[in-house]
Amino acid sequence: MSASAATTSATILPFAESAARVHRDTRPLRLITCGSVDDGKSTLIGRLLWDTKAVKEDQAASLARDSGAQNDLGLPDFALLLDGLQAEREQGITIDVAYRYFSTDRRSFIVADTPGHEQYTRNMATGASTADLAVLLADARVGLLEQTRRHATIASLMGIRQFILAVNKFDLVNYDREIFDRISHEFREFALSLGVRQITAIPMSALKGENVVAPASDAMPWYEGPTLIEALELATARSTQAGGFRMPVQRVVRPGESFRGYQGTVAGGAIKPGDSVVILPSGTVANVSQIVTFDLVRNAAVAGDAITLVLDRQVDVARGDLIVSIDAQPLTGTAFDAQLVALQQGGIEPGKRYWLKSGSRRQRVSIEPLSQLDLASGQWRPHASTLAMNAIGKVRLAFEETAVFDAYEQNRATGAFILIDPDTLNTVAGGMITGKRANLGGLKREGDRVVLSLPADLAEQLMASDLFANRRDEAEIKRLTAAEAATLWRNAGSDI
Amino acid sequence: MPLSVQETEIKNPPVSRPPLDPHLKALENEAIHIFREVAAEFDNPVMLYSIGKDSSVLLHLARKAFFPGRVPFPLLHVDTTWKFKEMIEFRDRIAEEYDLDLVVHTNTRGKEEGITPFTHGSAFYTDVMKTEALKQALDAGGYDAAFGGARRDEEASRAKERIYSFRTPDHKWDPRNQRPELWNVYNGMIRKGESVRAFPLSNWTEVDIWRYIQAEDIPLVPLYYAAERPYVERDGMMILAEDPRLELLPGEEVKHGSIRFRTLGCFPLTGAIRSTASNLDEVIAELEIATVSERQGRAIDRDQSGSMEKKKREGYF
Repeated sequence: MSASAATTSATILPFAESAARVHRDTRPLRLITCGSVDDGKSTLIGRLLWDTKAVKEDQAASLARDSGAQNDLGLPDFALLLDGLQAEREQGITIDVAYRYFSTDRRSFIVADTPGHEQYTRNMATGASTADLAVLLADARVGLLEQTRRHATIASLMGIRQFILAVNKFDLVNYDREIFDRISHEFREFALSLGVRQITAIPMSALKGENVVAPASDAMPWYEGPTLIEALELATARSTQAGGFRMPVQRVVRPGESFRGYQGTVAGGAIKPGDSVVILPSGTVANVSQIVTFDLVRNAAVAGDAITLVLDRQVDVARGDLIVSIDAQPLTGTAFDAQLVALQQGGIEPGKRYWLKSGSRRQRVSIEPLSQLDLASGQWRPHASTLAMNAIGKVRLAFEETAVFDAYEQNRATGAFILIDPDTLNTVAGGMITGKRANLGGLKREGDRVVLSLPADLAEQLMASDLFANRRDEAEIKRLTAAEAATLWRNAGSDI
Repeated sequence: MPLSVQETEIKNPPVSRPPLDPHLKALENEAIHIFREVAAEFDNPVMLYSIGKDSSVLLHLARKAFFPGRVPFPLLHVDTTWKFKEMIEFRDRIAEEYDLDLVVHTNTRGKEEGITPFTHGSAFYTDVMKTEALKQALDAGGYDAAFGGARRDEEASRAKERIYSFRTPDHKWDPRNQRPELWNVYNGMIRKGESVRAFPLSNWTEVDIWRYIQAEDIPLVPLYYAAERPYVERDGMMILAEDPRLELLPGEEVKHGSIRFRTLGCFPLTGAIRSTASNLDEVIAELEIATVSERQGRAIDRDQSGSMEKKKREGYF
């Protein structure tokens, strides 16, 4: 077909002239691509790399040599370019997350290319954890699949607030506008239900290179929206964590007796000399006297900057502490609510003690599963037993020592954590803090009785303390579920 | 009394430069974060130093990460004895100038058994003099973490590599069973004997490396810049002809021309490119219109299909 051949040859080198003057004034955009097995994801990414000249001649030649096969447009088999592991080539599927790099003259991009198979949900979550935007693929001939909804749901849970729906293989439905309108409308409704409002739907043919990098006004004169690359260029990188100053202390640097600095990456807000800060969990207060970097002393630092902070007084600060602004502090406590994705065989077991790492802090935690997301329906269902691999659950975290977090919605850096199995030392879950665990009450006085409602772990600690040891028989202990306790508490006057 | 950085004596105080563009700044911040995290979490880290441009950037970032302190770990150079002469001179000068602890290791088997890149082929030679040598050096030092300058854009199997890449006690990499790595929260927990390879430059591309070298004025081995040099053509590569150990084969002759190197390794295995780019600006301009990848000049990537993955599984960087 001569029309499509002409389009193709025009799209191969669109950035050749501009490549020599690469000047980027924005941070790289991190994106994740999700699609089912036959949506043409590898072709799309291959097309992006090819049309932005990220594939070099020798790589293309080795592709041609390895595959011997070209597609019907005379281009190499892009899937082979992307599936770098021998096992992947042998099985013809993508197993693990791979990272790709390409740029235009306006911006550079990091793509987390994730597997489409359902059993690799965990890998999708891994790729989504650092992404600013998700590109979701749909085959124009079949529309939205359960897998598309599943991926969109996971992406939104991981905090991605920008979606691009790539309605691919559009050439195979004769560029029918009604099909595009129907699929994009359906997706928009679904994305809105997930709380995602920035949605761009683009009809395209990755194979022919239509609306990926080059526009396709000949084939789709009715489409006036951006091409994929234009939409990516216009997307916003993750906001530089507004809110209070946060810096997890990675290490203490003492090059000489007179200098003591705290090294870390600013995880939120901004700081300047003279600002008052609190060191958590100790609660010690100090003022910032200097911000030191290799490029000499600076007068301010913002989220993302790797710096060394000097305080105006001798205080006890160690790795794992969080330095925060005095007027906007994070949540502290021993019990938090979270959502997590189980990443390994064996899942996440209730009551088992795991290592939790967040920022630079590692501490012991035990997990109480509450519910599990049914990805087919999008509903949370009660679930108190082991969360199996790939499951997404709502859980409660119980710590042995004070923990410090922000809600993940407020700050991705101080609201995210991983769980490490103490037996295998493998990373077994990725999690997001949703809030401090709801407090059931406090103290109530009824005549000569005092009713104290506490989380079980805290109550046990209290009862084990010296103070209580001698008066145990004076206390009546009731173990209740959270719901029962709440009811009891509401009716406290009559029931007690 | 406020403590001040000026009161501390700092060797090689940095100079003031214009601020980095946001793209390079983000990459720099990420790399510094990784350096600090590994240095804090592991007992005995080491930095693999190959003297090339990526190692030069890596070293610069390490100095930035720990400033105003010293780089708190040694640099390890695996010397095959077949490196370019200018590389070794450069290495010793940098170690001295920046006050670094430099460990150099050579596999004595090479000398004892007469293993050279000419006599034994690139695959076997690399296995003994690089991979085996590296394992020997890591075992001898008892290092539990080793920084490397590998980038994910270099090669297909590297695109799958984690930033903390877990290795078994015999240095094996299992690409099918890597630890998940979410956000920038790295899992540094290992058992005795196991180790981690850490890659602070994972998300950098070749152009980023060059632009950063330019922005930060990082010194490089002069072989990266074009000059009139003697060379011979062999197996489709231009090999530098200045080392007396290079014996001409029948039909070969030493030619002269303006050439430079995009990567540096062992001179018999590293091909030059024709170029007149004799300074940084010209190198970057050349690179931005380049149509072949930098590893094209490396014989060891090509000696068998999927060869980098195989080498990595066996313990190569």
